[in-house]
Amino acid sequence: VDPQRKRKIRLVVALSVAVLLAVALIYTSFAASTEAKQPSELIGAAPGTSYEMTGKVVKGSIRHVGNGIAFRVVDRDGQGKTMPVTYRGTVPDPFRSGREIVLTGQVQNGTFVGEPETLITKCPSKFTTKSNG
Amino acid sequence: MASLGSVLLALAFLAAVSAAVIALLGRNGDERRVEISRRVVYAFCGLLTACVVIIEIAFASNDFSFKIVQEHSSVETPAFYKLAAMWSSQEGSLLLWAWVLSIASSLALWATRRKLREIVPYATAVMMGVAAFFTGLMLFAPDVQPFATLGNAPSDGIGLNPLLQHPSMMIHPPMLYSGYVAFTVPFAFAVGALVTRRLDAEWIRATRRFALIAWAFLGFGLLLGARWSYTELGWGGYWAWDPVENAALMPWLLGTAFLHSIMVQEKRGMLKVWNACLVVGTFSMALLGTFLVRSGVLQSIHAFGDNTVGPYILGLIGVVVIGSTLLIVSRLDDLRTPKRIDSLVSREAVFLVNNLLLVGLCAVIFWGTFFPLISELFTGNKASLAAPWFDRYTTPLAILLVLFTGIGPLLAWRRVSWESARRVFRVPAAVALATLVALALFTDAAHKPWALALFAFAAFALTGLAREFWTGAAARRRISGESTPTALVGLVTRNRRRYGGYVVHAGIGVLLIGIAASSSFQSNRDVDLKPGESTEVDGRRITYVKPVVGVDSEKFTYAQLLRVEEGGKLVGYLRPSQRFFKPTGVDVGTIGSYFAGESTSEVGLEAGLKEDLWIAPRVDVTDVQRRARAADKGFEACVEGAPGTPPQCKALQAMMLAAKANPTLRPQALGQISKLQSIAAERVAKSYLGDNAPVTFKVIVNPLVTWMWIGGLIALAGALIAIWPTRGRRRGALVRTEADARKEAKYREIRDAELDHAVGKLSDEDFAAVDAELRREALEILDGENGAKMPVGANGSGANGNGAAASGNGARPHDPEKVEQG
Repeated sequence: VDPQRKRKIRLVVALSVAVLLAVALIYTSFAASTEAKQPSELIGAAPGTSYEMTGKVVKGSIRHVGNGIAFRVVDRDGQGKTMPVTYRGTVPDPFRSGREIVLTGQVQNGTFVGEPETLITKCPSKFTTKSNG
Repeated sequence: MASLGSVLLALAFLAAVSAAVIALLGRNGDERRVEISRRVVYAFCGLLTACVVIIEIAFASNDFSFKIVQEHSSVETPAFYKLAAMWSSQEGSLLLWAWVLSIASSLALWATRRKLREIVPYATAVMMGVAAFFTGLMLFAPDVQPFATLGNAPSDGIGLNPLLQHPSMMIHPPMLYSGYVAFTVPFAFAVGALVTRRLDAEWIRATRRFALIAWAFLGFGLLLGARWSYTELGWGGYWAWDPVENAALMPWLLGTAFLHSIMVQEKRGMLKVWNACLVVGTFSMALLGTFLVRSGVLQSIHAFGDNTVGPYILGLIGVVVIGSTLLIVSRLDDLRTPKRIDSLVSREAVFLVNNLLLVGLCAVIFWGTFFPLISELFTGNKASLAAPWFDRYTTPLAILLVLFTGIGPLLAWRRVSWESARRVFRVPAAVALATLVALALFTDAAHKPWALALFAFAAFALTGLAREFWTGAAARRRISGESTPTALVGLVTRNRRRYGGYVVHAGIGVLLIGIAASSSFQSNRDVDLKPGESTEVDGRRITYVKPVVGVDSEKFTYAQLLRVEEGGKLVGYLRPSQRFFKPTGVDVGTIGSYFAGESTSEVGLEAGLKEDLWIAPRVDVTDVQRRARAADKGFEACVEGAPGTPPQCKALQAMMLAAKANPTLRPQALGQISKLQSIAAERVAKSYLGDNAPVTFKVIVNPLVTWMWIGGLIALAGALIAIWPTRGRRRGALVRTEADARKEAKYREIRDAELDHAVGKLSDEDFAAVDAELRREALEILDGENGAKMPVGANGSGANGNGAAASGNGARPHDPEKVEQG
């Protein structure tokens, strides 16, 4: 085989592999991702589907229940209905009332049941402009 | 002071703009203008340094008339954190960015002051354009002016978030910024090279060290961030695929690819388009990292503040990407080379594969990081990808990367015959196989095929590297008769780039072993223990001896004394704790306010080379909080003199009434109240001791995780070896012309081939062929220089070559004369 042809074949093979990988990447990312919703959008959501809930912890709503915690979450703008949440597992240090959280879980009987180890709390920003005093 | 700062900042902006303009005016060989523009860059650096000094003085002297100081420091903030608090603010971090850029630009222009005359004006313009952008942001964008003042200065500041009061958190941001910023230098010179069509390897040689420094800073910054997360955040991990972490990893990966592929351009004149794209990509990713922290576009545990500067930085990224792409496309004809890779069994071929893997990794991470935006575009929903998705793709890519990293150093440049390849592969392959079998038989690693593969490949790579050092030192010893250690040191100091690079490889290999082991074989459980109870974790007996409560003016500390025993023998005591901080910037708070601020975990860590025992407590303070509320109510009642309160309350009430009538008595009354309150707070906090309350301990046994930190430090040391200037170059730097540099690079290449021959990577025939080629190329360079034809006939001088190279007798192994005589 002359080298010109060989190079061309090599290029075609490499490109096809790259395209295949890219397609796999795109396909799995849509299949594996969880939809992000705010509490008000989750009220009445179908049970059995995983969602990623983002919202704010309602002030004074955190209680310890067994070895887990229960609290309520409201939309980020603080408006609308709140969603009761139960969660077991690691609670990040910055977690507290009024903070924004991200939690993956499902809605069961009107309560959002978080999956263990998925609670993420936004760090109290290095870049906050509002005083927290 | 603040107004002086504003004036200096405005002057700095003018300096950056004028340096760029003057440099461009001098683009057609006007030495004087280029010289002036360089001096203006130095002045720019001086002005920004003064700005930083003013801010730091304000922090050190508690000048709360500065908005930045009031919002990020307080009287009680420890001195060390006061100095470092500057970059915990948006505006301060922008100032840091610009300042580091001014230093990097000055150093780069100083280093090239007698070189690259055509490229330098454009490079100056690019660097100063970026500098003017960031300086301009601080002058013209709302809310990010570092010298903003407060009308009437408060007596105290809000203070620095306790979570950030960790040594590594204070070095981590400047490291990352230095990494991001230093990539501006190679980018700027690449743009200069493209504009002037000076597309040989000169710009690469001049800026390679900056790329390496940037890479090392960025890597060290990532390592510190991981360490902070592991010891401070109380979740037990060091990496979470968070957008902001990814944003720092992506330029590091592209930078790694760039550092490798520029070697191919230096040695073979190939991959020019690829390198140009990589340097643009790396710089864009660095800007993207800067952008992500300052915009609200992605959900991240790193909260983002206001998005006032986000759109501007996005604009800059757009200009950089579009402008560079157009520039590269318009220069495609100049970038193309007729040269092709000789053989798939050669170092350049392996470099290319590794480059593709690194870029692939970066592409996967980019897609995953921005997936919420992508999915919103297509489905209208912001859906995000979790760690398992990232792991699925990055794990195999990282494992392949380790394999090819192992293969690369074993192969010589240009071409290698199968026979010599087999010879150098034999030992590493055998060790890898033995590792595989041993781990599969004697440990439970067989359940984790990915980890097993990584261990085997890492064994291959590390053995190959050890072989490199061993055979190199042996060849040197054979010729010079030095002792092995001396020969080893001589080998490394004579070939810093090569062996420094190998040390980096070894470090990354060790680091990946630590990551693979700790992520695959971690045991992780939550246990509830009351004082006196114990639990069994992986053969260790952990006993919760007793709680310890600490109280001071800013926090309650709930610590647990834990005894760790192994096989009935005491290993040691751990004292993890959870701390509850008062919100900062509040003068007199209630007792309950201790639970209204931050809480942090101090992890109990028993680090070992074999495994880490990691324990973080979660204290249930519900009862204490209830008592705090009750105490606060009691206090209120007391101050109001409500019926049924103790007689001392009457005195307190009288004091308050007197203070109301006479404001000068106020401090005294408040002092009395806070004194009483702190006594009550201590009593409330310590009431916990009587509760016999259970604590939830998160207990993690992390095998080999210590090697992650050790590997990172080894890699850093390797980078330092490679960065350190060689003595010869330092001396020669002042007189060297571009032609000299090209000659020297070719001699180095000849010497490299001789070393490869001496350590058995090149067979005799391979070496003869490669050596002849290199000598012909060296002659071409000399011909071009002298403009006269030199007698050709490079064969035959190869025999004396390998001795000279390996003995490293201080002189250049080949003087030009010698080559000509040959």
